[in-house]
Amino acid sequence: MSHDHSHSHGPGEACDHGHDDHNSPEYIHKTIRKYLKVGGILFAGTILTVAMYYVHIPSVAATIAIALLIATVKAAFVAGVFMHLSDERKMIYSILLCTVCFLISLMGLTLWAMNDFPFFTLVDGKPF
Amino acid sequence: MEIPYTVKPRPDTGLYNAKLGIWLFLASEVMLFGGLFSAYILLRVSSDLWPHGMVSIPVGTFNTFVLIASSVTVVMSWASLKLGKLSAFKGYMAATIVCALGFLGVKSFEYYAKFTHYDVWFKDEATAKKYFTAAYGEKGEEATRKLFVERFHLHNTKATYDANQIQLTGHLFGNPMFATLKKLTSAKQETIQFTPDAPFGTHDHPKAIEVKLSDVQRLSAYVPAHSTYFAIYFTITALHGLHVLGGAIVLAYFLFTADHWWKKSPEQMANRVEVGGLFWHFVDLVWIFLFPIIYLL
Amino acid sequence: MQATKTTHTEPAHSHEHHDPGFLRSYVFSTDHKVIGIQYGFTALAFLFFGFLLMICMRWQMAKPGEAMPIVGKLLESLLGEVAKGGIISPDLYNAFGAMHGTIMVFLAIVPLAFAAFGNYVVPLQIGAVDMAFPRLNMVSYQCFAVGGVIMFVSFFIPGGAAQAGWTSYSPLATVIPTQGQTFWILGMVFLITSSLLGAVNFIATVIQLRAPGMTWMRLPFFTWVQFVTAFILLLAFPPLEAASVLQLMDKVFGSSFFLPTGLVISGKPYDISGGGSPLLWQHLFWFLGHPEVYVLILPAMGVVAEVIACNTRKPLWGYKSLVYSVLAVGFISFIVWAHHMYLTGMGTKISTFFQTTTMIISIPSVIILTCLFMSLWGGSIRFNTPMLFALAFLPMFGIGGLTGLPLGFNFSDLHLHDSYYVIAHFHYVVAPGTIFALFAGVYFWYPKMTGRYMSETLGKIHFWGSLIAMNLVFMPMFFQGLYGMSRRMSDGGATYALANPANEGVVTALTQTVMKLNVFVTHAAFLLLIAQIPFIINVFMSMFNGKKVENDNPWDATTLDWQTPTPPPHGNFTKEIIVYRGPYEYSVPGHPTDFTPQNMPDPKPAK
Repeated sequence: MSHDHSHSHGPGEACDHGHDDHNSPEYIHKTIRKYLKVGGILFAGTILTVAMYYVHIPSVAATIAIALLIATVKAAFVAGVFMHLSDERKMIYSILLCTVCFLISLMGLTLWAMNDFPFFTLVDGKPF
Repeated sequence: MEIPYTVKPRPDTGLYNAKLGIWLFLASEVMLFGGLFSAYILLRVSSDLWPHGMVSIPVGTFNTFVLIASSVTVVMSWASLKLGKLSAFKGYMAATIVCALGFLGVKSFEYYAKFTHYDVWFKDEATAKKYFTAAYGEKGEEATRKLFVERFHLHNTKATYDANQIQLTGHLFGNPMFATLKKLTSAKQETIQFTPDAPFGTHDHPKAIEVKLSDVQRLSAYVPAHSTYFAIYFTITALHGLHVLGGAIVLAYFLFTADHWWKKSPEQMANRVEVGGLFWHFVDLVWIFLFPIIYLL
Repeated sequence: MQATKTTHTEPAHSHEHHDPGFLRSYVFSTDHKVIGIQYGFTALAFLFFGFLLMICMRWQMAKPGEAMPIVGKLLESLLGEVAKGGIISPDLYNAFGAMHGTIMVFLAIVPLAFAAFGNYVVPLQIGAVDMAFPRLNMVSYQCFAVGGVIMFVSFFIPGGAAQAGWTSYSPLATVIPTQGQTFWILGMVFLITSSLLGAVNFIATVIQLRAPGMTWMRLPFFTWVQFVTAFILLLAFPPLEAASVLQLMDKVFGSSFFLPTGLVISGKPYDISGGGSPLLWQHLFWFLGHPEVYVLILPAMGVVAEVIACNTRKPLWGYKSLVYSVLAVGFISFIVWAHHMYLTGMGTKISTFFQTTTMIISIPSVIILTCLFMSLWGGSIRFNTPMLFALAFLPMFGIGGLTGLPLGFNFSDLHLHDSYYVIAHFHYVVAPGTIFALFAGVYFWYPKMTGRYMSETLGKIHFWGSLIAMNLVFMPMFFQGLYGMSRRMSDGGATYALANPANEGVVTALTQTVMKLNVFVTHAAFLLLIAQIPFIINVFMSMFNGKKVENDNPWDATTLDWQTPTPPPHGNFTKEIIVYRGPYEYSVPGHPTDFTPQNMPDPKPAK
């Protein structure tokens, strides 16, 4: 793959040669093969998730955890490969990191708030 | 007066404007669906009766495959553009839109099945038991209770339910949508023809029975008003469906203006398609979480 | 010291030779300056409308059950039954109360502080030709306008406008039989969409369109706060949009997202499936609601910073602290929301968590206020009207912020929650706080937008009248609240007053002092209304009669927004912009003038 040095750098700017190669035919073909592979992985992941449904796991927590884990892996592939997230830079990552933090705090704190009760207000362990 | 970095990326951020813009928008969409998922978790955790098996897994799986395929085709259409192959782009883009419409079509079919499926609750225990027997024969109450236990996964609970707290599930004659007790009685109807669902583990539908509306406490189709389960199901899937529709419209616009943009500025066209594709992948991403949570868990 | 001023440059001729016509230039414009002004006028109109609603409410509180003169007849003819006899009925009072809050927050302050000033000034301050997505900008304004129309129209539908508070708590909001709440929800959906699109635009613009040399730490503080505000809007609004959709489903499709099992309305069990949670609405609402108040205050701090730096002729004190503090405030604002919900039966652990984060967020807020105060030290202060408003902001926001502390502690909030103390606290922060800062902004940037100064005389009357009246209106409310007077009482508390024979022997009944303060506050509110008249006259008259500016940079400011022609043309700058230095290079020793614009090349060494 040829390196294109025709672009100039400002001081302190990283030399991101990868971006130059993104327009060459060989790179695109390689990427197409990657897309098809990931598509296959997603199909397989779906089949795995559905199969899991028919295999009864006694622990509810474990079932949820595994289902969400498979979903997260599939999502990571879509985001990383199809959405080119693994090629993107700090800017996008920091935006998404903030978002994920806030989302977790929304879900987590709300769940906690609705399950933490003051003393002496529970009857038989359930809210009065 | 040109706005810079609409086509070429800005060196220090490595982004062109629209790509940054769409990622920001997607961040807000993460919070939107995240808010709905939070609502789902809270409603489910705080509920006594949360049903299972109310949605068809084969249909959902098929829809998942359709959406994943559309993600592959949309990114292939972008790659074709980068390779300069306009007709390949059009083909893949058309395939994506067909997948989208297929997804929506299947969804409409699922919704229709819900809107015509009914639960009936009766006014008191004796009446309820009478109708259970009418529906399923001698061991009618047992059969109805079995359906109830299986639906709400009550195998290990100590809670007991009276017969009038247990619903009879089935279809109405003529398969109307959205019928309610109020609507039926105000239309001066006194009885309905009700076809109960098959008992658990079988596929033989019992024959239709006649139900007097004066014996009915509550009648509801599987609609948002039925229970919080269906309320959140319809809200999340409908909002997702609207995003699928919106995305499909934007992609169709790219398809139909392709020739014009290819002549005007192929690079900017590729950027726009990439940005549209990013939205499309996000829609797929939401479904990747929606599918196990709604259909499987 | 002032040296020779730069000459007034002619606005460059646009290279577009066709005339876009009136509609394209002023109604469907994609130019950020036109859009900023559109937002500005619409927001100011809603600000005044919301104020008038409050005047009606204050009348009812001071004289419960009495007809309002003149206005009462107008209300009766417009609204019918609810204003029968010119008396503001309790339902109408509730509608006015809910809409006053909604209109002030979502239709006045946020559009003015964020959309109007931000749209006009931020692209200029970073040296850009426009926003990153001009057409999206236009659509944002149109969504906002549609939302505003829906909210306004809701007053005239049968049953009237929303009545369940600007917080629209379920079940009340859902079970009210009229459609006002539905209109409210629809209006909110449009307003949220407008803010989201605007936020995307702002963030992309600041990241991508900074001029060469404009590094992050050379950005004017005003741009920094707008950037953080945009992030807050982007990530905090969607859960409220989700919640609004759910509440809409409850109202229109009869679902029970926020309606609990066993709900009984007026003695009858409500015909719903149940299983929902009113607390869920509160969590989703306040997840936005709290960051929203930072959206209200941060742009104001930005305006004050710009006005102070320019009118003290010295750099802001602690620029880095200001920047890091505003980033911290933005981030922490997302995890403090349940301090609005201390009385919902939360357990002690979660209560303590939110109390702790609430205390922590006060630290960067105080740092910002301290830096602004310290910026005055040793300055050569010019007491023009914008500076007066900016100076008044500091102690007023101080009072507002400090009175938030007893509300942030869960034990003291037990007494103060939903009392007039809360009303006094947040009005101090927003009214003599944010609104003063925005007035400062109007007086400050008016010369750039129109080429004329606003009248200093009218400005000073406006300032002193508003400052005195604001304090007379809101200071007594602290005492009323400490005494135990509740919010949202349509008769001003007469039912709970000692004077009411039914309250014979009730120790905590409201005393005559508290009730008399109602009358006092109402008089002060009328004074505040009158004090705004000079401002309204000033804004319109100065466009024709105001003293013309001497040059493009009448305040001798350093930031790029003052290095453009007046008013800036399409494309903003007449020459290429390169930034050489930070934003507040005032009174640099050895420099011939007392300010060095950001884009001026380094001057040759003296002699």
